[in-house]
Amino acid sequence: MNPFEQLSVYFQFPFVRYALIVGVLIALCSSLLGVTLVLKRFSFIGDGLSHVAFGAMAVAAVAGLTNQMIVVLPVTVLAAVLLLQSGSKAKLKGDAAVAMISVSALAIGYLLMNLFPTSSNVAADVCTTLFGSTSILTLSSWEVWLSVGLSVLVVAIFVLFYNKIFAVTFDETYAKATGTKTDLYNLLIAVVIAVVIVLAMNLVGSLLISALIIFPALSAMRIFKNFLAVTVFSAAVSVLAAGVGILLSILFSTPVGPSVVGIDLVVFGICWAIGAITGRRKKA
Amino acid sequence: MAQIIATDLVVGYQTPLTPPLDFCIDKGEYWVIIGQNGSGKTTTLKTLLGLIKPYGGSLTMGGGLDKTKLGYLPQQTEVQRDFPASVYEVVLSGCLSKMGLRPFYNKTERQLARDNISKLGLSDLAKRPYRELSGGQQQRVLLARALCATDSLLVLDEPVAGLDPATTDEMYRLVKGLNQEGVTIVMISHDVDQALADCTHVLKLGKETFVGTVEQYEESRTKEEADHESV
Repeated sequence: MNPFEQLSVYFQFPFVRYALIVGVLIALCSSLLGVTLVLKRFSFIGDGLSHVAFGAMAVAAVAGLTNQMIVVLPVTVLAAVLLLQSGSKAKLKGDAAVAMISVSALAIGYLLMNLFPTSSNVAADVCTTLFGSTSILTLSSWEVWLSVGLSVLVVAIFVLFYNKIFAVTFDETYAKATGTKTDLYNLLIAVVIAVVIVLAMNLVGSLLISALIIFPALSAMRIFKNFLAVTVFSAAVSVLAAGVGILLSILFSTPVGPSVVGIDLVVFGICWAIGAITGRRKKA
Repeated sequence: MAQIIATDLVVGYQTPLTPPLDFCIDKGEYWVIIGQNGSGKTTTLKTLLGLIKPYGGSLTMGGGLDKTKLGYLPQQTEVQRDFPASVYEVVLSGCLSKMGLRPFYNKTERQLARDNISKLGLSDLAKRPYRELSGGQQQRVLLARALCATDSLLVLDEPVAGLDPATTDEMYRLVKGLNQEGVTIVMISHDVDQALADCTHVLKLGKETFVGTVEQYEESRTKEEADHESV
């Protein structure tokens, strides 16, 4: 059977179609805020939040909730708001606070899962949550609709606030001095990041989320030099990498998350090379 | 017409940095803030801009001015050095304060951005990435952005820091030209002589504070020197 026939067989299963749709939407959302995150030096907040999401998911699992999103989403959003507040007030240095919260959440999550095992194979459960090995293929229809809804919301917010997000990222002091409510937009950015992270946990698991958020932006910034082009290109690259990654993982039975991130890495390599070559030509 | 009125204004974060200051910035004036490092120049400017609260006293805006109607040329930040943005995108972002809750820029605002780009001689660079420009060009881009936000009051934080002498002269000429068009200028400067040549009013911070017109300031300086010589 050639790969195309094989794929068309797989696509007869609804869960495979769901996985592709949700995966691509998640990739789109997570790439949009990448530029802002990288440039505002917020990359580490994404990483920290994903660990908090892991902790929350462990608590939800131990509590025996079938609908884990109900716990994970609000907890992660709350953590995002708190981290941002601590960053601006700077009583505890931003990065130290993130590191502290993220490792605590990770440790407590794993501890709870071991103390109150909900299945016979704790190691596999943890692995799924951390690397998202199969979660994208086991979504319930409710989770599919929630993911679609949240993705649409994230894209809509990004488009409507695109100009404000640009101004707040490029020069927060200026925006604030001329009457823009920068605190409000920072909060909005943090909440959207939290939502994206909770969504992306299904695709790549909590350890690999940062890759999904920052890789497309970094790739686009190698080649393009204006904000609109960088944003559009990183969204396109992210969607492409997620699509290809998911298809490959189905064909070769590899774990979904690492496959997608692997493709993202390859794309970054290509973009880096293109950027290096065109950059040198310009100088010469 | 008074645009900014300071009454017994003391600036500072946890501790006061200045004695109580009383001044009134009228439309069309050109103020420079001078003083040694650590004398509170930037803190004063940030207080004027409403970025930090006054330590004491009060500060009010008048003459139809509010935060959304002033322009600001800040010192450059670390983020901007590798920020992917074209000159046009940066200048257009100056119109943000006019936009309110509207999500996108309208025709008038895009035209205003293009007008200010050509006004500052940046037309050829409009599509170029901001981070690849020279220091002087970047300052002109940020000035064009500030002009999108205001035609009444412009606040500048050391606009010539790190520029070479020729570019510095050009920057001062641009600011002076804007002032002659009726834009009120409030500027921090290290370069006292150059700044005094153009300005109408001086706010000197440090051990001895001074608030007044440039003529009064020159007078007090010559008097001081004379006192020195007689001792």
